[in-house]
Order: sequence, then structure tokens, then C-alpha cells
Amino acid sequence: MIQPIALEIIVVCLGILLLMVEAFSSKTSKTPLAYAAILGLSVVFVLTFFVQPSAAGLQESGFYVLDPLALFFKRFALVATIVTLVLALDYLPIVQRLVPGERPGAGSGEFFILPVFTCAGLMWMASAADFIVIFCALELVTISLYVQVAYLRRSIASLEAGTKFLILGALSTGFFVYGITWIFGTVGQTGLEAIRQALPGVPEAAQPAMIFGVALVLVAIGFKIAAAPFQFWVPDVYQGAPTPVTAYLAVASKAAGFVILIRVLEPFFTVIAFQEKLFLALVLLAGLTLLFGNLAAIPQTNFKRLMGYSSVAHAGYLLVGLAAIGDAFAGRAVVFYLCGYLLMTFLAFLILVPVSKASGGDDIANFNGLARRSPALALAMLIAAASLAGVPFTVGFFGKFFIFEAAMKQELFGLVLLGVVTVACGFYYYFKVIRAMYWQPASEDAAPVQVSVLSRLAIAICAVLILVLGFYPQLLIQILP
Amino acid sequence: MSPLLFLILVPILSAALVMAGANPRFTALLGAAVNVLLFGALAFFFNPLQEGFQFVSSFPVVPDLGIGFTLGADGLSMVMLFLSVVVTLAAIAVARTPVDGARWFYASLLFISAGVVGAFASVDVFFFYMFHELALIPTFLLIGIWGSGDKQAAAWKATVYLATGSFVLLLGLIGLYLIQPVDARSFDLRQIVAHADAGLIYDSPVVYLLLLVGFGILVSLFPFHTWAPQAYASAPAPAAMLHAGVLKKFGLYGLIRIAAPVLPESVQAFLPLLLVLLIGNIIYVGYVTIAQRKLDWMLGYSSVMHMGYIFLGFAALNEISLTGASVMLLSHGLTVAVLFALCGEIRERTGTLDFSELGGLARTAPRLGLAFGFAAMASVGLPGFVGFAAELMVFFGSFAGAPPAMGIFDGKEVFSFNFLQIGTICAVWGIVISAIYMLRGYRLIFMGPVQERWSSIGDIGGISQAAVVLLIGIMLLFGFFPQTLVNLVTPALILP
Repeated sequence: MIQPIALEIIVVCLGILLLMVEAFSSKTSKTPLAYAAILGLSVVFVLTFFVQPSAAGLQESGFYVLDPLALFFKRFALVATIVTLVLALDYLPIVQRLVPGERPGAGSGEFFILPVFTCAGLMWMASAADFIVIFCALELVTISLYVQVAYLRRSIASLEAGTKFLILGALSTGFFVYGITWIFGTVGQTGLEAIRQALPGVPEAAQPAMIFGVALVLVAIGFKIAAAPFQFWVPDVYQGAPTPVTAYLAVASKAAGFVILIRVLEPFFTVIAFQEKLFLALVLLAGLTLLFGNLAAIPQTNFKRLMGYSSVAHAGYLLVGLAAIGDAFAGRAVVFYLCGYLLMTFLAFLILVPVSKASGGDDIANFNGLARRSPALALAMLIAAASLAGVPFTVGFFGKFFIFEAAMKQELFGLVLLGVVTVACGFYYYFKVIRAMYWQPASEDAAPVQVSVLSRLAIAICAVLILVLGFYPQLLIQILP
Repeated sequence: MSPLLFLILVPILSAALVMAGANPRFTALLGAAVNVLLFGALAFFFNPLQEGFQFVSSFPVVPDLGIGFTLGADGLSMVMLFLSVVVTLAAIAVARTPVDGARWFYASLLFISAGVVGAFASVDVFFFYMFHELALIPTFLLIGIWGSGDKQAAAWKATVYLATGSFVLLLGLIGLYLIQPVDARSFDLRQIVAHADAGLIYDSPVVYLLLLVGFGILVSLFPFHTWAPQAYASAPAPAAMLHAGVLKKFGLYGLIRIAAPVLPESVQAFLPLLLVLLIGNIIYVGYVTIAQRKLDWMLGYSSVMHMGYIFLGFAALNEISLTGASVMLLSHGLTVAVLFALCGEIRERTGTLDFSELGGLARTAPRLGLAFGFAAMASVGLPGFVGFAAELMVFFGSFAGAPPAMGIFDGKEVFSFNFLQIGTICAVWGIVISAIYMLRGYRLIFMGPVQERWSSIGDIGGISQAAVVLLIGIMLLFGFFPQTLVNLVTPALILP
């Protein structure tokens, strides 16, 4: 048996080691670094199965928990990072073109190493049970992501995305810290467990201060999970960032945000005085996010931007699930949705990278005629789009079904009806991609799409999992915390 | 394992083979033929005297929510399965292999077929729903790529309509799940009906309305019908046959199967609303059909119009009317499939379906004309075709569906009509309407002087002819022996 905290330490050490190797090796090819990172993270992934979820020593200090939820999200973060590295390998030629160095290959090594640090932050975040730890982990994730978003030095879009992400991210961090201080000022604690115990004793006069603090924290997390009205950064950053980073942002960063949201809100939901207000806030947030994400996605023509709005939309469905958290199944429904979201989003990006390499752009029009150019890839994209839209026999459908089911049990009829309208919007904009692939003829100069072996493997696994879980979701449900 | 599983797997495997590189047309045709034979074997072993579902097999999928992959068939499902496999065979037989993307074309058709077979073979309401949605993407591709006319608009409209309808329906099904007693909730139809029998289900009007609107959109109930004529007019003939002939029956089948036994009070409570809507289907859409100037649009609207009769049979909620509605699911499916097949043949030969450009085709293509005449008559409801028996039962059943209302006239109590009877009287007028547009369509296309440019078109023949003859033969056969169907269907109906 290994100490649970060892997992994060191993990941950080792996990152440092790779950085050192990168700095002192004279090799021009940086791909071995990526393979080493993938291998290392896979080893850590295996190691997570040898960790006892009830390692008491650290838990008593109250800032680090290792419950099944934490363990599950550590694995989630590891898988997401591994797939991101696979994406990054495919994306390397573009990085090399847009990050010129004095020596060939210089400046592209960190592109594979930074996600490792982000991964460590995400894993920490999954276990954090104290506002201070949450803050530190959040910063580790966000700061390493700032660099990754702005990585393509010669691309104005990437720089613009980086600046936007930095400024708005810093602002949200400010909100977060300020919120923590208000909460701390009211109860004198930063540990979530301690706050839970202190909450019932909060005098009525101090409750507005508490609610103000929680609201500020909610704003900051709303920024991370891209919930409306804190989603302004999403389209530009998603479009400008290197595609692997976009995928990483869409999946890992959002999932981590939801874990924090679950953890932070949990103590406040136990107190009746806050329950109603929080519930109202979540319902409003969910409704706005659903509406904005889906409506704004309709006219998009750029695929990455579309995925940006789609990520806002999916945050909306997840928030509906959170608003229904009173139901016994809702927690699992949210986690199930996140897993499905990981599969389908990565699948879409895994296909986008080679397609945009072959046709030279990220627009939906670049998918034109893909069904004739490479039918297998088109079929995989068809599965991804169908799942994102929520067509039955895909994991996306079951995700939506579980969430709607929980919401109806909690009698959130307004949100559910809104959800149906937005699902209809979703069908329209996801099917635009299918239309491009199947209805439209390919442009004359379109090059054949080349896909690396590793990507092919990842695409096949994602596509098959989407279909299998779309028929037999129990496979995943039974391992959910 | 239920033998019904093979009925679903054969089209899926055929589609996989087609995608993997087998000869598309031959493989698809073979798969459809194998399915017909399989169904024949099933029908041989099916015991019509036994109550409840046969060939049942179950596999829990989400035990927490009572969802299982449960297959089974009773008399009504056998009739629908028969319709599915026969129309699939006919649709693939009359299909013209497109130059571009033949694999996707046949694979899409096979997927729709797998979806309808799966839906009608499901005992679990959830999978019943899921299988129906299997057709969503194939339909989008079939209309969008190989359609005609304003195909893209048609494909978009149909897809968004159907997706919205299906999610409304999903809410209805979730509602159906939630109104069951807390510790025994299930999606298994047998259990839901058992709960309803035991009086454990709260007869919720909201759930019924969700189901009615959800199924209604899928069945093109007025005023949610506008997607259908456009989609059918644009779709390639085999897609229209499968969609209008089989897939659309899903919604009414669902209402007869689920709403009638489980939510009878709500059905009664909303009877006036449903009557108004279905009269909208029959009369309003009927007159719209008369106004059409192109055959494909006319058939599209006519298939929407005929849904009204089946809704009437459902609304009256008694044994005769429900039996009539169920038989009409089959008769309308066969009729509309023949009509769309022939419509495709005409389009193939002339390139236009505009009444003003056609005329006299019966001289140059007499067999085509004869077949169309048969189908048109069947559609109107001529005795001898199975549609007649169905319409008769629907009208008789619905007219006797409620006790006659008594009115006071001149101080004396006199006999007067109740809502249902007034609705039935309006609906009977629909027969006149359909006779008008069908006969007029027949006259404009097939009679009159032959135009110069149509003087050398070929007649129907070969495998398409065989498919059309098969469908017409079945219509005639059951038209003369409708009791076979009634014997199958009636025991399967669960009356409130």
C-alpha cells in the first residue's frame, strides 16, 4: 500500500524530471518526452488502484480527503491528461511552426510537460477539503493553463486567448479569495468539515456576510466551469488556444470545477437557512447557462468556438443535475454526465486535430465531405456529434436522461422544460457538423487525412465506449462513487 | 435469449457488412429477406391463444431505475413486426442504388429497419423509445443526401421536430416512471400495467399530455404535422416507405400500448381536445391535401390525414375502436408504402411529379397504373382491402364509444349526439375527401391523352414489381380475412 498523497508527489516529480531532461538533453525530437509522460501517468493511474480510500492520517488534519469521489476524479484527471498528451503529439507540427526556436525542436518540449503539472493540480483539487488547499490547487491548475493557452507565440489568436484567460482568470481568483475571507471572517474556519460544524451556530445577523462570501466563491467557480453569466472568456479562449489545450480546458478544468462545487456546497446544503438561497442560485445559474450556451452556439461556424459554447451548454445540464442534488441518484448522474462528456469531447477533438491539419482550418466547413475522404473518421465524428446532441444509444443520451430524471423527481419542471428546448437547439448545431461531413462535397484541394496510430487507438476506444455505455450504462454506474 | 433479438441483429449486422465492403444492394436485400423468413419462423411458433408476451427475455441495464433490455411479443407486436419486416423488404427491393455513397444509403435503411423492429419487439418502455430514435440520424442522412426538392430544409425540419418530440416524450416516460409507487418503479410495460390494474398509479393528466404531445409530434398530430409532408415529399422512396409506413406507427402504437391501459381517466378528460386535434388532422389536412399540385406532397399530406382515423380509434378507448386502430396501423402502413414506392417509380421515369405535367401514363405503363389504382382504392378504404375493415371498426367503435347524450328540446328529452359521435361524423367526411384527392390524382397522372414526352417510358417490372405485388397481395389477403388480424390484436389490447 502506498500513501495517497504519494500520487500527487509522483506526478509532480515526473514533471520536474521531464523538465530537467528537456533542459539538458541535446536531442531535437521532443516526442520521447510525451511518450515518457504518457507512460508515467499511466503508471500512476495503475497505482491509484493500490490506494486505500480510507487512509486516516491525512484526513484528520482536515485539508486532504481521500473518499471514493476524490479517487475517482484523480483517475479522471489522469485519463484526461493522457488523452491530451496524445492530442498534443498529433498537434506537434503546428506547435513547431508557431513556436520558432534557435535550435530545431526548441520550445516544444514544455508543451508536453506543462499538462503533467496541471494534472497534479487537478488531482490535488479532487482531494482538497480546505479552502486554502483548494485555492493552491486551483492556482497550480490555472497558472499552468495560462501558459498553455498562450503557448503558440506566433499566433495572435493564441496570445489574445492567453491574455483574456489571464485577466479574467486572475479576476475570478480575486473573487475566490475575497469570498474565502468573508466566510473565514464569519466562522473563523477554512476547513470544509470545520465550516460544516460551525455553520449551525452562525448567528442570524452574520448570515448575510456568509451568503455574500459563498456567492463570491460561486462566481469564481462559475468562471471555472463556464457557467453563464461568467462565460465570456470561453469562446475566444477555446478558439485561440492550441487544440489539445482547448480539449483539456473543456474537460479537465470543467470537471475539477464541478468537484469543487460539489465539495464547497455540501456543507452549506446541510443548513436550512442557506439551502433555499443556494438552490435558487443554482437554478438561476443552470437556466441561464442552458439558455445562453445553446442559443449562442446556433450561429457558430468555427468548430472550436462551437465546442466552446457547447461546453457552456453542457455546464448547464450539469448544473441542473446539481440543483437536483437532493435526489439520491443525482450525484451519480452528474458524475456519469462528466464521464460521458469526457469521452465525447475528447473524441471530437481527437478528430478535429488531424482534420484541421489536413485541411488547414478549424471551421465546420473544414469537415466538408469527410465522409468521402475518410469514412471511418466521419463515422467516429458522427458518433461524437450524436452523443453530444443526446441521441439514444450513446452515452450522451443516458447522461441527459439521468439528469432529467433526477430533476423531475425534484420537481424542477421549469428547468426540465427549458432543457428540452435547448436539447432541440443542440440537435441543430451538432448536426451542422454531420451535415458538413455527409451532405457537402469536399473541396478540391483537400488533402487525405492522416491519423497517427496512437490517435487512432484513442479514437476507437472513445467511440466504442460511447456506444457501449450508450447501451449498457450500468458498466460505469456501478463504479461511480 | 429471445429469438426476437436476431430480428434486430440481422439488419444491424447487414448494415455492418455493407459498411465493411460487402455488395450493398445484395447484402441489404439478403438481410431483409432473412428477416422475413425469421419472422415467418417466429409466427409459426407464436401461440395466439396464450395471453401476455411470448419469446420474452430480459437483461437488466440500469437496475437502479428499473430499466431492462426486455424483448417480447404479443399479438399486436407480431402484427407490427410483420409490417416492419415486409415493408423493409419491399423498400430495399424498390430502392435505386445511388451512384454516390451506396453503402451509407443501404446502411441507413437497414438501421431504420433495426430501429422499428427493436421498438416493436421491446417490452421495456425505455428501450421502446430508444429504438425509435435509432432512425433519427439515418433519416437525416437519407433525406439530406439522396432526397429531392428542397431536401436540406426538409431534413432539418424533420430532425429538429423529431428530436424535440422525442425529448418531450422522454419527459412523459420519466413522468410515467415517477407516478408509480415509489418502491416498485419500473420501465417494464408489464409491471406498469400491473400497477395500473392494481390501482397504484396516479392517473396524472400532465404525464398524459406530455405523452400525447411527444407521441403526437412523432405521429404528426395536427398542429405538429408540418414536418411530415415536407420530409416525405423530399425523402427517397424507400426512406419514405419505411418512415411513413412503419416508423410513424410507433407513436400510435405507444399510445394504444401505454396511455390506454395506464392513464384511461386522463384520456377521457382530454377527449374533447384530442377530438378537435384529430378532426384537424382529418378535415383541415384533408382539404390541404386536395389543394396539392404534386404527387409526393399529396401523399405526404394524405399520410398525415389518415393518422386522424387511428387517433379516433384510440380516443374512443373501447375494444372495437382500439382493434380497428391497431388493424389500421397495419393497413395504412402497407398502403402508404405501396403509394410511396409507386411515387418513386414515377419520379424515376418522368423526373417530375407535378400533376400539370403528367397524364396518360396508364397507356404507356399499364401495370404501374393498375398498381397505383389498387393502392389508391385501398387508401380510400374500398371493401376488399384491409383498410376497409379497419376503418369500419374505428367508426363503429367510436360511434358507440360513449353513452348517447340526451338533450332537452321543446321541454321533452330527446336523443342527441355526444362529442365522440359528432367527431365520428366529421371523420367519416374524411372518406369523401380522400376519395376526391386520390381519384383526382389518379386521373391527372394516369388518364387522359398521353403526352408526347411520356410516350416511351417503361413499365414497372422486375424486383420492384414483385415488391409492389407482395404488398398489394397482403392488403387483399387481410382484406378478405381481417378476422385473422382481429384474433391476434384483440387479446393483446388491455382495456381500461
